[in-house]
Amino acid sequence: MSIVDLLSWALIIFGSSFCIIAGVGVLRLPDYFSRIHAVGILDSLGAGALILGLMLQAGFTLITIKLFLILVIIVITGPTATHALARAALDSGLTAELDEENDPSSN
Amino acid sequence: MMYHSMVIAAFGLMLLWLSLSGYFNFLQVSFGILSTFFVVWLTIHLKLLTTDGARLQILRGYPLYLVWLTWEIIVSNILLAKIILAPKMELHRQIIHTKANQSSDLAKAIYANSITLTPGTLTVDVDPDGFTVHSMAKTFADDICSDKMNERVAKLERLSTVDNVK
Amino acid sequence: MMFLVATIALLVVVLLMLVRAFMGPTFVDRILAINGVGTATVLLIALLGFLTSRPEFLDIALLYALINFVGMLAILKFFRFGDLGEEDEG
Repeated sequence: MSIVDLLSWALIIFGSSFCIIAGVGVLRLPDYFSRIHAVGILDSLGAGALILGLMLQAGFTLITIKLFLILVIIVITGPTATHALARAALDSGLTAELDEENDPSSN
Repeated sequence: MMYHSMVIAAFGLMLLWLSLSGYFNFLQVSFGILSTFFVVWLTIHLKLLTTDGARLQILRGYPLYLVWLTWEIIVSNILLAKIILAPKMELHRQIIHTKANQSSDLAKAIYANSITLTPGTLTVDVDPDGFTVHSMAKTFADDICSDKMNERVAKLERLSTVDNVK
Repeated sequence: MMFLVATIALLVVVLLMLVRAFMGPTFVDRILAINGVGTATVLLIALLGFLTSRPEFLDIALLYALINFVGMLAILKFFRFGDLGEEDEG
C-alpha cells in the first residue's frame, strides 16, 4: 500500500514539474513553432504522469476509468489541436524561424 | 456489415454510459439504453457510422506500439526539458521532409499524430507522399530521419491488414 | 498535502501561460497559450476533485476537456474564414 502511495506521489510530483517546465518553455522559447513543442510537453508527459499518479491514488474504482478517459481525450485531441494551430499559423502567413535550411524543397 | 458496426457502437456507448454514471438501478440503466439507441440512430442518420467494421482490426498490434511510444515520449520529453531549462538554449530548428510508408489514411494519421505527440517534433503539413516536420534540435531530427517510427507504424498496418484479406 | 503542491504548480503554469497570452506577438501565440491554459485547467479540476474528495469534479473535467478542444477549433476556424461558415471543410 505504501509503495503504491509513494509511487503515486512521485508520479504526481514528476508530472507537475513537467507542467511547470512546459509553462517556462512557453515563456522562454523564441518563436511560435518552438512554443508549440512546449505545449506538447504539457499534453503528453505532464498530463500523463499527473493522471497516472491520480489513478494510483484512486485504486480500482469508476474514478480510475474517468481519469483514464480524461487522459485518452487529452492525448488524442492534443496532437490534433496542435496540428490545427500549426496550419492556422502557416495560413496566416507566419513562417517558421529556422537555424539551418535542411531541405529547401519542402514548403 | 452495417449491423456489425451498429452493434459495436451500441455496445461501446452503453459501456461508456455505465462507466460514467456508476448507478445500476433500473431507471438510470433504462435512460442509458434509451440514449444509446438515440445516439446510434443519430450516427446512422448523419452518416457518421463507417460500414467497414474492419477498422477495429488495427487494434491488433497496438499494445506493443503504445508501450514503445510511451517510452519514446518519456525520453524525448526529458531531452526537451533539458533544452528548455539550460541557461542558454541550444536550439537547432529545422524543417525536414519525411516519407510515410503507410498506405491507409488511418495508419498515416497514427504516424502523424505519433510524431506530434513526441515533443520536439511536430507535423506541420501532410502531402500525398510524406509529411513536413518541424524539429527543435538535432537529436529529434535524426530520430525522424532514421525512420524508426515510420517502420513501426507500417508494421502495425501490415499486421492489421493481413487478416483483412482472409 | 501532495495534491495541494500539484494544484499550486498547475496554478503557476496557468499564470505563465496567461503571461504569454498577454505578451504574444501574434494571435496564434495567444490561442496556443489559451490551449495550454485549457489543458492545465482540466488537470486542475481533476486535482481539485481529489483535494476536496469530491469525485464528481471528474465529470466536469471530462466535459471541459471536450469543450476545450471544440472551442479551440471554433476559434481557429473563425479567424481563418472570418465566420463559422456553412462549408464543412476545416
